[in-house]
Amino acid sequence: MIIGENRAVVSFKYLLMTVFAILTLLPIILVVVGGFKTLAQLRLDLFGIPDPVMWSNYLDVVNPERSMFFVNLLNSCIVMFITVALGLILSSLAGFALSRIKFKGKEIVFTFFLLGLLFPPAVAILPLYIELKTLSLLNNYMGVVLPQVAFALPFQIMLTRSFFNQIPIELEESAYLDNCTPLGFLIHIVMPLSKPILTTVALLAMVTSWNNYFLPLLVFNDEKLFTLPMGVMSFQGQYINDWSLVLAFISLAMIPAIIFYLIAQKYIIDGLTGGAVKQ
Amino acid sequence: MNNKINRSGYFSKGLFSRNSLTAFAFLAIPLAVYTIFVIYPVLQAIWFSMFKWDGLGPMTDFVGAKNFLKIFADPVFRIAIGNNFKIVFLSLFIQLPLALFIALIIARKFKGAVVYRAIFFLPYILSEVIAGVLWSFIYNPQFGIQNTILVKWIPFLADFPFLGSPTTVFYSIFFVMIWKYFGLHMVLYIAGLQNIPQEIEEAARLDGVNWWQMNLHIILPLLKPTIFLSIFFSIVGSFQTFDIVWAMGKGEPVNAAETMVTYMYKFGFQRFQLGYGSAVAIVIFLITLIVGLVYQKLTASKDI
Repeated sequence: MIIGENRAVVSFKYLLMTVFAILTLLPIILVVVGGFKTLAQLRLDLFGIPDPVMWSNYLDVVNPERSMFFVNLLNSCIVMFITVALGLILSSLAGFALSRIKFKGKEIVFTFFLLGLLFPPAVAILPLYIELKTLSLLNNYMGVVLPQVAFALPFQIMLTRSFFNQIPIELEESAYLDNCTPLGFLIHIVMPLSKPILTTVALLAMVTSWNNYFLPLLVFNDEKLFTLPMGVMSFQGQYINDWSLVLAFISLAMIPAIIFYLIAQKYIIDGLTGGAVKQ
Repeated sequence: MNNKINRSGYFSKGLFSRNSLTAFAFLAIPLAVYTIFVIYPVLQAIWFSMFKWDGLGPMTDFVGAKNFLKIFADPVFRIAIGNNFKIVFLSLFIQLPLALFIALIIARKFKGAVVYRAIFFLPYILSEVIAGVLWSFIYNPQFGIQNTILVKWIPFLADFPFLGSPTTVFYSIFFVMIWKYFGLHMVLYIAGLQNIPQEIEEAARLDGVNWWQMNLHIILPLLKPTIFLSIFFSIVGSFQTFDIVWAMGKGEPVNAAETMVTYMYKFGFQRFQLGYGSAVAIVIFLITLIVGLVYQKLTASKDI
């Protein structure tokens, strides 16, 4: 047992943490359960068990005629997948060049990329909007994807470059003797060996893209292109007086993120803390 | 060993006569995407900020630094920037200590720590929009906690207006920020704590050090780099606050919950004052940069 800690202290710690945990979960639980209630019950009985159980709220949300839920979900998925794929490809290419290829101006190029860490998207958003309009990228998935990829690149390149640096030189030598091209070496040897860092890059990009609201809000006017966060806002605006329906919508909108979190929790937390805390 | 091979990397000098070309082939697309969608708009923002421009037609109305003077003369912007700094300080004095406190408890020798950690971190993975709408419900005067809890159990709060009044809206939103982000900081602290060797703690225990002394005099100093880092994240993030405020009433009522980014959004995209909006963007950038640099200077001098 722990020296210097008696049972009372330990019990108190558990009690305190459990209270905190319940308070943390409570809003989420109230919303999910609330989605099963009638509007009348919701008003009077926030903590009660749904009576009657209103499956119809959830059924309405998944009904394409009443809500755009699946459209929103699909759009979020499309934007996320392209963002992640492009981010992985571009940060691998650039990280590789900046790590394994010797050329003039290498440090300058790297510094140029690092500069991007200083700029939050908000700084560039107005000119970016004009630019996307000029390039006809408004109401286009790529109008969200490309800026998302671009703003994530500096950090991603930092991660890939430092990981690629550690790949032993002997592998390069044998690849060279096998007449492997630089690109072949990257694809067949470096990338498979860099799974941990590529996983981190992908997970961070997924979370950022999935939760992004600011950029899609500007780029997408067409309801058919709305992502989930936009869908939540627009559904709430539409059914402002029918909270039990809105609660059902939010609950379903939370599910993909929560499932993803339960599966990849260790990687998400490691990815977030690994780069930051462990040097 | 093949004598053609240069030990400093095989794609380096001597092996490939066209190394610069190879490098260019790898870097061309990443550089293009990054330059077009990050660097170019940032530079343009500086240019835009010196004009009065509605986004249509050519920019002809050069006003120099006038936009910037106007920004600081606007009482609404003062509310906005004040709110951003309030977020920074309240996070520093409420959110981070809370996260640290929880981390200190569950980081070690705490059965089920994994479950607690997972629960506390859960709100972080929800989008700010979902968190915002979810809490708009909790705060709703008809359906939320007001009717059910406050009226019955805490009568003096029965009329607490949450998002409905300029005096309470900011703090109501800030509470949601704590809920959403304390888990992130907790996770950082836990990771930092796990890097501190167990032996140090055990040695201190044998010397009869109690929990408070242990944490205050032994653990916290060792955790300093992590704490500094988490404060840095918190500061930089605070200045970007938008989604959560937007989802909980767009900075209203009477601009009481405005932040610098919601202010910029309103001018840029609702009133189409793109020059003025860009000037706000530059101000946000400069404030973040200055505060960030000052912070780094301060922490660096205290040997990080």
